[in-house]
Amino acid sequence: MTAPISVIRQGALFVALLFASFLAIAIVIGLSVGIGDLPIPLSTTWFAVTNQLGWTSVSLNRIHEAVIWDYRLSRALVAAFCGAGLALSGAIMQALLRNPLAEPYVLGISAGASTGAVAIVILGIGAGAVSLSAGAFAGAFAAFIFVALLSSGTRGGADRTILAGVAASQLFNAATSYIVTTSGNAQQARDVMFWLLGSFGGVRWPEFTLVSMVVGLALVACLLYARVLDAFAFGDEAAAALGVNVGRARLTLFSLTAVMTATIVSMVGSIGFVGLVVPHAARFVVGSLHSRLLPTCAVVGAIFMVLADIASRILIPQQVLPIGVVTALVGVPFFSVILFRFGRPS
Amino acid sequence: MSIAAKDISWSVGRKPVLDRVSLMAEPGKVLGLLGPNGSGKTSLLRILAGLRQAHKGQVSIDGQNIRSVGRRTLAQRIAFVEQHAATNVDLRVIDVVKLGRFPHRSPFSNWSAADEEAVGEALERCDMADRSDQRWQSLSGGERQRVHIARALAQTPKELILDEPTNHLDVNHQLSLLELVSSLSITCIVSLHDLNHAAMFCDRLVVLESGRIVAAGTPEDVLTQSLLKDVFAVDARIETSIHHSRPHVQFLPCGLCRSPQFPLN
Repeated sequence: MTAPISVIRQGALFVALLFASFLAIAIVIGLSVGIGDLPIPLSTTWFAVTNQLGWTSVSLNRIHEAVIWDYRLSRALVAAFCGAGLALSGAIMQALLRNPLAEPYVLGISAGASTGAVAIVILGIGAGAVSLSAGAFAGAFAAFIFVALLSSGTRGGADRTILAGVAASQLFNAATSYIVTTSGNAQQARDVMFWLLGSFGGVRWPEFTLVSMVVGLALVACLLYARVLDAFAFGDEAAAALGVNVGRARLTLFSLTAVMTATIVSMVGSIGFVGLVVPHAARFVVGSLHSRLLPTCAVVGAIFMVLADIASRILIPQQVLPIGVVTALVGVPFFSVILFRFGRPS
Repeated sequence: MSIAAKDISWSVGRKPVLDRVSLMAEPGKVLGLLGPNGSGKTSLLRILAGLRQAHKGQVSIDGQNIRSVGRRTLAQRIAFVEQHAATNVDLRVIDVVKLGRFPHRSPFSNWSAADEEAVGEALERCDMADRSDQRWQSLSGGERQRVHIARALAQTPKELILDEPTNHLDVNHQLSLLELVSSLSITCIVSLHDLNHAAMFCDRLVVLESGRIVAAGTPEDVLTQSLLKDVFAVDARIETSIHHSRPHVQFLPCGLCRSPQFPLN
């Protein structure tokens, strides 16, 4: 029988792909650490990491080492996890809602987060005791609960869930605009705008710990649901007929994506495009089966986000562009190539 | 006894869709479900498949209440082919058929020899084995329906429920599909619109009208001139076919049958 051989071959291929993925992510993170106003060679970055891990003790430029550790490495790693999380959320939303335009923010999470953020920044709710991130997270979750209730728990069906998400987005965006226009000054309005477009500027190791745990756990949980997501291909009814507990699966997966997205949005703002387009790009390359699609999304999302972060720092000298602007600016041409090359299934 | 429904009632809002429906599917036989549009056929099939819960009454499978059987366990023995199951996901034929193995696998289990055999056999039965790599989106309506049935057979069910499987198919595909269904050794419950197909391929028939069963029995017993007049509001004559010795329905043009000169009046 050829079955065992093909299993072994598949296993080897899987390990090889996993290794290649980690290598690719490591290289772009190395690049990201090295590029900036103070260029740092890739080898310095490598030794800085191995020194810290205690594998080597090469003497390095102290300023370089400080920049790597205190600033750039954590930023690059957070960018990678945010990209992975957003792409993963987008793939799950597109499968569950059976809509190619679905993305992580379709259920009103970024709108809710922005309301939470302006409530803290402009209205001063919490009086300094609550951080902007906590406020954004609370707002994001309020929006998610609102959508869940509006689409009658989880039995609402895909269209109803999308409509509830649109309604929630409108409501929370209106609340944000209301607060900004009635209570904010010009500087605050600009700050909010900048925050909404996303920035990796302030992230350090605590953010890395949080986002890596959330995205890492969610990735594992989502991989366990890969076949369930496949079963949704022909709709909720077909999934139920195949033995999927549709209500529980939808609730679990929506909650997972909500936690991931809310964590990311509250940390770095609502970075668009990645969650919408990376899943499509990945689908063109590896097909629609989620056991392959989800890990591919995570890897491609991570690499894409780190590259976008690099671009945001070097496109205009001495100025950092909002990351949300870059993801679209870099992403659209990139996606056009993929559409052109892989657009027609043979 | 395979699937049995007892006094099933189901309503949407205040509108009753099914009213005290009882039926029993004999193992290994094909049970045909007839009735005009909106008579409750699809709702009944969904309840029999365990996808909806009856508001009153109960469905049992081998004597066990269907509500006490887990979703997954149920999917291991009842397969359901929906009326309009479409997707915009880019899948291959083999991927769709493999979905049928979902209830038999855990998130951790590898693709087994039994899975491979079930999928291969299902593809073979539905005559799609040589096209397993073809894209779903490139298939015709008839081919898609055959793939859906292959997916259902890959579930290795004991009961197969099909909701108007011949819709939108040309006559050749309709006949070959029903031939396939009637050649299966498992219990089949199938809703149909074509009365002659029902007479040819079903062992027993149940007729629904406005959510109630108005006739049940062999095609010979059920398909009568008066029933067709009462339920479907059509005039027809029923003969025994000289070719397959099943009942054969001949419809009469409406104007013709009302005219007093019409010889059979």
